[in-house]
Amino acid sequence: METYTLLRAFADSWHLLFMTLFFIGVVIWAFRPGSRKVHDETSSMIFRNEDSPADARDDSAGRKGRANGEAR
Amino acid sequence: MWDFAKLFLLAAVTILAAVIANFARDPAHLAHMIIIMVTAAGLFLWQIRHVGEPAAVHNPAEYMDDVVRAGVIATALWGVVGFLVGVWIAFQLAFPQLNFEWAAPYLNFGRLRPLHTSAVIFAFGGNALIATAFYVVQRTSAARLWGGNLAWFVFWGYQLFIVLAATGYVLGSTQGNEYAEPEWLADLWLTFVWLAFLAVFMGTLINRREPHIYVANWFYLSFIITVAMLHVVNNIQIPVSIFGSQSVPVWSGVQSAMIQWWYGHNAVGFFLTAGFLGMMYYFIPKQAERPVYSYKLSIIHFWALIFLYIWAGPHHLHYTALPDWAQTLGMTFSIMLWMPSWGGMINGLMTLSGAWDKLRTDPVIRMMVVAVGFYGMATFEGPMMSIKSVNSLSHYTDWTIGHVHSGALGWNGMITFGALYYLVPRLWKREGLYSLSLVSWHFWLATIGIVLYAASMWVTGIMEGLMWRQVDAQGFLVNSFADTVAAKFPMYVVRALGGTLFLIGGIIMCYNLWKTVTSVGERKPASAAVAAE
Repeated sequence: METYTLLRAFADSWHLLFMTLFFIGVVIWAFRPGSRKVHDETSSMIFRNEDSPADARDDSAGRKGRANGEAR
Repeated sequence: MWDFAKLFLLAAVTILAAVIANFARDPAHLAHMIIIMVTAAGLFLWQIRHVGEPAAVHNPAEYMDDVVRAGVIATALWGVVGFLVGVWIAFQLAFPQLNFEWAAPYLNFGRLRPLHTSAVIFAFGGNALIATAFYVVQRTSAARLWGGNLAWFVFWGYQLFIVLAATGYVLGSTQGNEYAEPEWLADLWLTFVWLAFLAVFMGTLINRREPHIYVANWFYLSFIITVAMLHVVNNIQIPVSIFGSQSVPVWSGVQSAMIQWWYGHNAVGFFLTAGFLGMMYYFIPKQAERPVYSYKLSIIHFWALIFLYIWAGPHHLHYTALPDWAQTLGMTFSIMLWMPSWGGMINGLMTLSGAWDKLRTDPVIRMMVVAVGFYGMATFEGPMMSIKSVNSLSHYTDWTIGHVHSGALGWNGMITFGALYYLVPRLWKREGLYSLSLVSWHFWLATIGIVLYAASMWVTGIMEGLMWRQVDAQGFLVNSFADTVAAKFPMYVVRALGGTLFLIGGIIMCYNLWKTVTSVGERKPASAAVAAE
């Protein structure tokens, strides 16, 4: 089979199936139980750390906090 | 050690560029080599005066905002330059005498047209994307930009690319692919710069102090990665000689056309859409002081957009040698693309729900909302024009030009203006903008300019399409091409006037931003200490 035909057949069968399933998976993942809390937290993240990175202030760190353990 | 390595490298580049300039086969290559030689020599001198000095301090407890400030200045300046060239070529189309004899061929329409498109898309839009990406990724990662001075390399390297591209167009060096005109040298350089951009962005994301990657960063990242891929694949060319700007494309025939429009449409999809959606998802919630309407919708918006956009390119090749199935595929995906586009538009607009009164008081948010409105209009018009039967009327006419400009001026332009008005007071630590009424002036001039532009192009495009296909009772075509050109004259004048209004708005913005930096009082440190939580 020539390359063109092979690739075409793959694209409109297995790869199409893969992409469709992946996309459906993304939608299900977005609506999974318990995602609301995560999404509320993530969407309001832009309102902190306006003036300096998280490490600079003690009160501000995100959940990772000082996970990287850099002493200062 | 590193200092000396840099000195050696700069000296080598200077000498090499001088040698190549000596043997250059065409004026564009000669000009490019002189530019590179002067740049490298200047950097060499600068470097040799700073040998042994302590390296620049990159304090991880501070954001790296100086490079963002430079990006904001570059965006505003290139914007006005790009709009000015656009207005000029619009007048050249209406009044061909403006293709001056004494300036031929350098200032002819054919040479200035790619200068205009590249200046607004890559210089204005690209600088806006790089600057806002650097700003947003730091704030949403709560970390300083990764890579120290690498961000400066990205900024200056990108400006060098713009200068190489622009001088190349005027001097007649082009590979003839729309939006991918620069020849191999500029292409190679941009690849380096873009990979550095990717490294800075990814490095900052990896260093982030927040558990999640905010959705704006997903859009920015897809923009950076996809543009790298498109740029490399569409520019696989073999240079004829290191002494000339000419190169030979590897792709040929319909493959070349398909790859060009795979590139071309995804430049629209990922450069002008995904990247600017990243701006939308950060600056609209910030300016409205409310989180985005639906974070779930933003996730689905992202995945649907990137899954569908990449297939839409063939709609540029309807009724060509491209296989029918590929044309239909391009059309189908273009129509499906309508859904995620409007999902994103609704998400942006509804972020204001409960704060609609801000539209009355805050001209900056008005600008952003109108940008999203134009995004919605352009992403409705686009799928419609990709339908084969509509395309048979609209393709090759001015309707396409009108469509592109309602997206570029309305969506990309307005959201960038909004972001600049947001950024300048914060980056220069000012209390606020110099004048809100000047922002209103800018808003109305730009909006009326776009309406004039789009409306005149609809009229002339549909008229032109109908005139081209008009046949008499014997089946002969009724109009010659020159007839359609003559009929378009009044609409071309209206279009040029619309562009002029848009340009005046841009100049007013530059004045307003300049006065904001120089004449507005400094923001009180007290207000800076108030945490957002």
